[in-house]
This record gives sequence, structure tokens and C-alpha cells, in this order.
Amino acid sequence: MTATTPQRALVSTRSVPALSRHVRLQFDPVRQAWAMLSPERVYWPDDVSRDIISRCDGRTAVAEMARALAGLYSAGRDDIEKDVMEFVQHLADELLVRL
Amino acid sequence: MTDKLLPPIAMLAELTHRCPLQCPYCSNPLELLKADREMPTGFWLDLFEQAADLGVLQVHLSGGEPTLRPDLEAFVAALSARGVYTNLITAGVALPEARIEALAKAGLDHVQISFQGAHWATTERIGKYRGGHERKLEAARRVREAGLALTVNAPVHRHNIEQVPAFIELALALGAERLEIANVQYAGWALLNRDQLMPDRASVERQIEIVEDARAKLIGVLNIDFVTPDYFADYPKPCMGGWARDAFVVAPDGAVLPCHAARTIPGLEFDTTETRRLADIWTDSPAFNAFRGTEWMKAPCRTCERREIDWGGCRCQAMALAGDAAAADPACRKSPHHQLMAAAVSAASAGPQASLVYRRVGAVRTAAEV
Repeated sequence: MTATTPQRALVSTRSVPALSRHVRLQFDPVRQAWAMLSPERVYWPDDVSRDIISRCDGRTAVAEMARALAGLYSAGRDDIEKDVMEFVQHLADELLVRL
Repeated sequence: MTDKLLPPIAMLAELTHRCPLQCPYCSNPLELLKADREMPTGFWLDLFEQAADLGVLQVHLSGGEPTLRPDLEAFVAALSARGVYTNLITAGVALPEARIEALAKAGLDHVQISFQGAHWATTERIGKYRGGHERKLEAARRVREAGLALTVNAPVHRHNIEQVPAFIELALALGAERLEIANVQYAGWALLNRDQLMPDRASVERQIEIVEDARAKLIGVLNIDFVTPDYFADYPKPCMGGWARDAFVVAPDGAVLPCHAARTIPGLEFDTTETRRLADIWTDSPAFNAFRGTEWMKAPCRTCERREIDWGGCRCQAMALAGDAAAADPACRKSPHHQLMAAAVSAASAGPQASLVYRRVGAVRTAAEV
């Protein structure tokens, strides 16, 4: 590959993920469900996934997301942070979010 | 039907069959519809409203070349207002800068530009359009400048299969999010030209290795979608994700089809939304119900553990090659006609090289007369 090839973005607690510009999260009134739309693909995130995706707003760092979600679920922050990082990395690898 | 029928997710709108390119791999029908058979703006606007009401979330604006329709911006705006994701599938040779900006302003989400070759000479030779490659590069740059997402589509066959690494470089250089390495589906013009387009087995195997390697290396950089060469496969592709399961096609003359080649299957009749509501067509049209689900299947599909993975493969390929639209897709190793695929591959590499029949109105008749 050429020297200018961009590198895979790796998530850290300081990453500030944002939904990619070609990705939309929206409520589908026909199916009464949240849908994430991207080229050629529609995802149906569950409630937990949506709690993370909706915080990928380009302003919230992963550490803050984990803190908020730990409060929301009354769960340990370390466990939540690990789960959030894993999921955000997956989203970044699919180019659904930018870090 | 044992399963509850769900609403469609995606619609492929073939706005026109007109196209400035003449690619011999085109999957459009041999009998191309002329401009006078195309549906007016109001028809499509009404259809898009019905599609959104029904639950369609993505509309692929295609053709032919959809940018030849001057009402494209109106379509994008109407779909965007309904929250429908819009994907423009274009050859990118008839897209002046102001057009892309206007489409972006109307709410377009994503643009897919086809490249017939990774190098200009191949693009010109396959598309039969002088200066085409430069125009496509320029269109891709403008798409990026307008802030739109970009997919590079590379339809792969014998004449460009060695350019797969160069297609990957091209997609990276253009800053595309996605690259489709799409092995040609042998329907329409591609089936007519099959002997001149089919790659050999060694090239296909090399290609698969290159793509798998690039995919692993480019995680998080470029999404590579690989449309498999089914003539070399053990199992068929789940064509359309299953007949009338979550997507449909509308032809330039307004006919609502379960797949874009469905008109090659004798005995099926298709409705238009001029005479019937889209919701009724989706649920009740005999053409949509003909191969929906698994009830229509014969052996070996009927009892196959993959019947809800492959959905029997492609009905049109079963019709074209096995002579029976309800047969298993011959791409499947379990099909009694599976040897036809290998035979076609052998025949293509052994036979004398005829010239390509380029896609244009009347070309087939002309070729037959010569």
C-alpha cells in the first residue's frame, strides 16, 4: 500500500467518536424500532448498543460515555468502559464511526 | 407462507435505461427501454411516498444512468424529507460540479461510482467512452468535496481481473469509504457476452487471495465488499437476499419487479403503481409470491439446511441455465445442473475469441444479423 494510506484508528478512553457522515441513526415508525442506516446496509441496534451509538456525537469521550452508562445501568465503570471500548472499536472498524 | 411477511427495506429505482456507457457486462435486459417508455416525475414521486409509507429505508437510484434524469434532485429531496437513505449509483461521466452540489443539498447520502478499469485505457475500452476515466476521477473528487460518502464499484471480469490490486489503490487514493469488487453477474448483456468475459480459475483464485489479504490489512480504513464469482463457487448467492423478502426493483417503465432480471422468467406478470398500490403489489402480487419463502422449492433446495441462507440462489440464473425458474441455482454444488458452471468456464477459456457485444439499443439484432 502507498505511504499515504490512512491507518486503522484504535480506540482509547480519550477517543471522541462521532457517527460517520454517511451513517444515520433514526427511529423507524413503520417497524417501531431504531435503525442505523449506512450504504447498502441497515442495522437494528438493541437498547444497549443504541445508548452507545447515540453518544457518538463528536463531543463525548469514551471515558465520559462509560461514566454516564455505568450510572444508567448501576454497573461497575471498569466493566462498562471495557464493553464500550470494544463496541466503539467495532463501529470504527466498520467505518460507522470516526474517532 | 409460514413466516409473517415483513415490509421491504430497500428499493432499486431504475430511473432510465439510457446510459452514455456501453459496457458489455451490463445486467440490464437486452431489450432496453427507450426514453419514451420512461415514467414521468410525478409517477416516481408518488411511488417514493408509497415506498416510505410501506417501510422502505433505502432507495438506490440507478439505471441506466440516473443522472440523465433532470428530476433527480426532486427525487432525492422527496426521499430525504421522508428520512429515506438515498444512494446514487452512477457511471460518473455526466456529473458536472453544480449537479453534485445540488444533489448534496437535496439530501443525497451516498454516491457509488463505477470504474470499468483501474487504468484509463481499460475504462475507455469497456465503457466505450473516450475520456471516461478522467471524468470518473473528477466526479469522485467532487463527491468528496461535497462531503458525500463514496463507494468505488469495480465490476470484475476477464479484462480487468488482474487490476484488482490497482482498484484497491484507486479506492484508497480517492478516499472512498467502500470498494465493491463485484464479479460480474451473468445476466442480461453479461450473459450474452459470457464467453468473452469469464475469467479463468487461476485468476479468480488469485483475486480471492488478494481481496482477503487487503480486507485484513485495511480494517478500519476501507470496507471492501466482495461480490463472489458464483460460477466458481460451491453455493449460490442469496440473490436479492431471497425473492421478495426485503427488497424490490422498479423498472424505467414503472413495472415493480422482485429482482431486476425477473422479466426473463416466462409466465410472471408484473404490476405498476399506476394501477395498484405498492403495498398490495408487495403482499399480493402473484409474481412476488411465486418464489417467496421456501414453499415453492423443489429438491434439493426443499430439504437443504441452507434453504434459508441461500434461498435457492438466483431464480433468473436457474431459468437461464437450467431452464426452470423453480430449480436450484446451478451455482450450487447440489444442483443436478452444477456441471454447467464448470463447463461454461472451460468453454470460455477454450473457445475462439469473438468480439464483445456492446450494450446499446438494437445491438443484439445487429449482432445476430452480422
